[in-house]
Formats: sequence, structure tokens, C-alpha cells
Amino acid sequence: MNEIAPLEQFSEAPVVAACARAPVGLLAELTHRCPLQCPYCSNPLELERVNTELTTAEWQDVMRQAAALGILQIHLSGGEPTVRKDLEDIVEVASNAGLYTNLITAGVTLTRERLVRLKELGLDHVQLSIQDVDEVNAEKISAYKGGLAKKRELAHWVRELGMPLTVNAPIHRHNIENLPNIINFAVEMGAGRLEVAHIQYYAWALKNRAALMPTRAQVLKTAEIVEEAKERLKGILVFDFVVPDYYAKTPKPCMGGWGRGIMNVTPQGRVLPCHAAETVPGLEFDNVKDKPLADIWLNGQAFQKYRGTSWMKEPCRSCPRAEIDFGGCRCQAMAFTGDAANTDPACKFSPFHAAFVAIAEDESSQAAPPPFVYRRMGAAKAAAE
Amino acid sequence: MENVEPVMATEAPRTRTIIASASKPALPPHIKLRHDAGRGRWLILAPERVFEPDPVAVEILKRCDGAMTVEDIASLLAKDYNAPLQEILADTISMLQELSDKGVIRA
Repeated sequence: MNEIAPLEQFSEAPVVAACARAPVGLLAELTHRCPLQCPYCSNPLELERVNTELTTAEWQDVMRQAAALGILQIHLSGGEPTVRKDLEDIVEVASNAGLYTNLITAGVTLTRERLVRLKELGLDHVQLSIQDVDEVNAEKISAYKGGLAKKRELAHWVRELGMPLTVNAPIHRHNIENLPNIINFAVEMGAGRLEVAHIQYYAWALKNRAALMPTRAQVLKTAEIVEEAKERLKGILVFDFVVPDYYAKTPKPCMGGWGRGIMNVTPQGRVLPCHAAETVPGLEFDNVKDKPLADIWLNGQAFQKYRGTSWMKEPCRSCPRAEIDFGGCRCQAMAFTGDAANTDPACKFSPFHAAFVAIAEDESSQAAPPPFVYRRMGAAKAAAE
Repeated sequence: MENVEPVMATEAPRTRTIIASASKPALPPHIKLRHDAGRGRWLILAPERVFEPDPVAVEILKRCDGAMTVEDIASLLAKDYNAPLQEILADTISMLQELSDKGVIRA
């Protein structure tokens, strides 16, 4: 049986025909508000304010449109999605529309009462993120006190209610040595899945890269640990291992290919091909308040710009992997090479690859990493000044 | 009376489930076998995953109701496909074991 990764979902269809259909998943960033301040947050440096967020009715309409378009799974994310008091109203509509609903939470604001209600309304799955299993370290990373105890409590409620639980653990130099304990924590919490997710360096994580980057040896060690644990915990815990691309030879097929498998709606309603797409100049983002979701997906300028392979330059254009990794990540190409249509510097064929690897090696070898720029309103700007 | 620790049905399995002829497989509530009419195929919706089962897997999964044993399911398939039971049974067990390891079925 095949898993349909976004990349493979239309493997037998030509790219153009494939994109004429719906994406498998929609990431709904309900809000950018979050009580945690993790320095690797995937939200943009310019956070959207509460008074600009879509209304309940607007989000409900997004859910109905998504289902009609053929989207299968909704990832309710943020920020922290549970800070929206109308989360229940959104979940109810999504679930009634037939969508598989996934709540992505930091687990410090949700009460048992609300979780029970969300379950009744059809919430299918909870993904709980953790910063570390060492409490002091977790507090340092998230700039939030007492988070770990609350997360344990939430994990317990999720399992008590018979709901499936995924633990998501972003991995970086400040918690990488604790990976074996993080795996034990996931087993202890009754999780069915664990995401061992090496940080992807965009947005806040890019800003904090020098503070977060692990060494190559540390990264290789995590791969070994996960391989061993996968075998030992077969049938108990399913692993997802996200590798850091600074030490890779070939780039990741970012988002399964631009405008191919996933779409992202920001708190204000802008529809993006990926979280970081707003860092690429020259893209026009449509808003769900102005246009139907299907029209945005099919015809939106931002989606069309890097969809498929016709936008590619060399070495991607003639590369046999062009339709495997789609040239990697446009945002990383933009950030590192100044042109989003260049090959992702994570690719060994990129002329920028050597410099890209050298940065990771240099930053990770610094004995004392720089302090975190915590994710808060205005923090990125203040740090730059 | 002995003080027996209650076994919670909702607990994730903390030991690997081994599928045998007498196992009674079922899809847990959070796993959804759904026909995707737009794309003309069957899909399994799972936590942050979508699987596309092959036609034989679909026939097996439709029968995983928590009441029928693996052997019952294999017998039905052996009849439908006019194939030797032992062969179908072995294939069914190995497929269900794979599905169980992925968290798609319980038994």
C-alpha cells in the first residue's frame, strides 16, 4: 500500500493535469497569536495582528470551499489555534464538510472541557509540539514557564478520550542530545506518531540559525537513533524524520512541489503556496475574502509562478530529478542566492552549495551560540536595529 | 478479590500487535476509508497521512469490522477470487500486519 505524500499524489498524471485538481491538504493558520515564543517559529517575522484575522464565518466558508474543492485534510494551526475562542465552530463546519481535521497545538491553553467538545464535534487528531523533555531547557526555548506539565496533561486527556496523538519535536542544537529521551516521552504519552523534525531554516529559524544549527555529526547521530528506535518500536510508534537540508546532497521536494499538494491560508486570509512564500518578491497573493479558493488554487499568480517545471533554469531544467524534488525550495533559493528561480542551494549541483554547507559547518562549530531572538511582535525589527 | 489494574481500551498499544488467523481487525475511529469520487479511487485518511490502498487491500479493509476474524475474511476472499485459502490467508495476514504497524488497523 502506498502512502500518498504530497509529492506522489498524482505521480502518474502529468504535472499540468495534476495541478488542475485539488491539493490533499490545507494548512489553516487561524491566528499568529501564541503564548510561546520559540525562536524557530515558521510564522513570518511580521506577525499578523488579531484585529486583522478572518472572522468565524470566513473561516467556516474556507472549510466548506476546501471540501468542495476535494481537499482531504485540514491542519488547524497558528500561532496557537486554541487561542481562538471559535475553534469549535470552525472544527464543526470542517468536520461536517467531510474533512479530516488535525489540530496542531502547543498544548498549554487547551482545557479538558474544550477538548471533549472538539472531539464531539468531530476533531480527528491532535498534534502536540514539545520544545524538550528537560523542563528547564524547554522553558528557555519557549520563553514560557510550566509548559511541559501542561503538555503532559493534554497528552493524557487526548489518550483518555481515545483520540490519536502525534508528538512533534523540532530538533536543533539545544535539544538534539535529548533525542532518546524525547522518543521515550512519546511512548510514555501514548503517542502513535513522533515527528523528529530537524529545524527548517526559514522565518524565525533563519533569523536564529546560528543559535540553532547542529553539527553534521550530531545530525548523523539522530538518523542512527531514529533508525534503531523505528525497528525497536515497530507497531508501537510510527516515526517521521525530517532531515535538515544544510547537510543534504539533494534538496527536499519542498511542499511536494510548488502549488501541487498543499495550500496555506494566513490569519488574514491570504492564500500561499507555502508558509514562507511571502519572502519571495514578485508574487501576488489572493485573499479568500476576494476570490473563491478553487480559483486561487488553479489560477492565482503566486501558485502559477513556480508550478511544474517550466520556470526552471539550469541545472534544474535538464536534471532527471526535476519532477522528483522540483528544484527544492523557492524561498531558500531566494534567501540564499537572491533569485527564487535558482536551484535550491541545498542541491549539490547549485553553484551556491559549497557556501551553504560552509555556513552550517561554521555556525554549528561555534562554542558559544548567539542568544535567541524570541518570536514576538516587533522582535525581529528590534534585533535588526 | 484481586485488585486488577483496569485495561483502558483507549490506550495506544504499547506492544506490537501480531496478526494471526483468529485476530479480529478493525479500523479505529480516527482512520477513515473513503471513496474519493473526484479522483476515482479509495483512500485511507490517517493522522497527517493519506494512503492509497490497492484493490485487494480495499476488499480486506471493507471487511475489517472487528467481528470477523482474519480467517473469516480470507475465506470470503478465497471464494470471491476462487483462490486457495492458505495462500490468501498468508497474504491477508502479512497485509494486515503491515497495516497494523502503520497504525491503520487494530486487532
